[in-house]
Amino acid sequence: MSMRTEPFVVNVGPQHPSTHGVFRLRLTLDGEKIIDAEMVVGYLHRSVEKLAEGRTYTQNIPFTDRLDYLSAMSNNLAYCMAVEKLVGIEVPERGQFLRVIMAEFQRIANHAMAIGSFAGECGVWFTPLMWMFREREKILDLFEMTCGARLTTNYVRIGGVSFDIPPEFMPAAKALVKELPERIAEYEALLLENEIIVVRSRDVGVLPPELAIAASTSGPVLRGSGVMWDIRKADPYAVYDRLDFDIPVGTRGDCYDRFLVRMEELRQSVRILEQALDMLPGGPASVEVPLALRPPVGEAYARIEAPKGELGFYLVSDGSPHPQRFHIRSPSYINLTPLRDMVLGLTVPDAIITLGSIDIVLGEVDR
Amino acid sequence: MSRLLDGLEVGERIGQRVPEAVVEATPQWVVAHPEKLVAVTTYLRDDGELDFRFLIGVTAVDHLDHFEVVYHLQSLSHNHMLTLKTRALDHKNPEVPSLVSVWRGAELQEREVYDLMGIRFAGHPDLRRVFLWEGFPGHPLRKDWLEMPGGLTPGLGRFPGED
Repeated sequence: MSMRTEPFVVNVGPQHPSTHGVFRLRLTLDGEKIIDAEMVVGYLHRSVEKLAEGRTYTQNIPFTDRLDYLSAMSNNLAYCMAVEKLVGIEVPERGQFLRVIMAEFQRIANHAMAIGSFAGECGVWFTPLMWMFREREKILDLFEMTCGARLTTNYVRIGGVSFDIPPEFMPAAKALVKELPERIAEYEALLLENEIIVVRSRDVGVLPPELAIAASTSGPVLRGSGVMWDIRKADPYAVYDRLDFDIPVGTRGDCYDRFLVRMEELRQSVRILEQALDMLPGGPASVEVPLALRPPVGEAYARIEAPKGELGFYLVSDGSPHPQRFHIRSPSYINLTPLRDMVLGLTVPDAIITLGSIDIVLGEVDR
Repeated sequence: MSRLLDGLEVGERIGQRVPEAVVEATPQWVVAHPEKLVAVTTYLRDDGELDFRFLIGVTAVDHLDHFEVVYHLQSLSHNHMLTLKTRALDHKNPEVPSLVSVWRGAELQEREVYDLMGIRFAGHPDLRRVFLWEGFPGHPLRKDWLEMPGGLTPGLGRFPGED
């Protein structure tokens, strides 16, 4: 005799801590197994792309802070690079180095958040998150002493950066970079073979490399599936071509591999920072750019390897001080494309882990 | 360094394979005819020398009399890029074919373009609004959405104090 089962719909979110914001997932269950999943987004939609069309190029930089509010520096950098490409501005070497230093500190801060919350979702409740926040806090202090803000930094500007670093930055940054490898080793010892994390995330939410490429995923999600692809290496911007670092990749494409890739990226970011802080040249950090910037008619697409993946800005100029089109290629949103394939056949708690391993920020998903 | 492929060269190659598909080719981009778009993109994806297996992004631009849909393509193996465009000439009812059958990555992005720009993607498996709710009036990224009195569009035409 076979049991007759009724499909059952579970709403995850939009108001739930495990959804990292206001993300809603409609899961259809057969018993405990997920047989259908549909994502519902848009609760945080602020229409940034339309708003940007009514403002000048410089006025749009603060909007980019509020996309992925956990890595504002990277967003500023990608947008400013797009404008510089459109106008043809060369940024001085010191400015380029400062951008790399800030972007890599931001990557550590973002991954700290991602790893901490991922461990929490696996069941290693809250302690890793608090450890990670300790390091993140120091990085945010560095941002605060440089530009006055901790999260919405508005630091990278068209033609350079808003302020050169204060004298107390260098000692603090070097002390932190010296301390970080020890801390990371501590976390690796405590988390990498942590039974709770391994049992909960091994072979869960598998993303095969073919699907990862076809579905346009990027960042740790793509690399976790074993695809060696990093914009910092493939299409170097700023001064990444002069710095020495490795690209970690996974082998199985499951949640644990994505977690491993992020852990290793912490180490690689520290490596980049060690070199960049030593190599930081003197000279001006920025060039003068007119406030009412009027780029020539044309279009530009610039991209960076943001902590979450490939962040690109596509700008179309009609010669006026406002962009005619301002498009954000947001990694969080596009990385959600294969989510349904990844969660089919899993249980609800596994779907939560899978979502956590993608590492989304709703400010960037909804824009 | 990721190399930007010469649009003229790629346009010629596409023209040999899919006749009458290229509307315009410049060094920066290739414009394909919407009717031939699926054949063109399948060729770009499967050709060994081009190998555009990775779709970076899909977006659209409102040019007042027509829409332009822009695809940024990337080859992971050869590390080169291409900007492919297509034009929807009917500004009232713009429609271009969906590329979900070629790249899965187009799925969410075409929904986004449909939601905000109002371009229909024929053949999309699930073409619904994604950020806004069903019944929202119009498509906000269009230039004629919210026209101000006197034909003005939001934003300053020039700066105060600027000649």
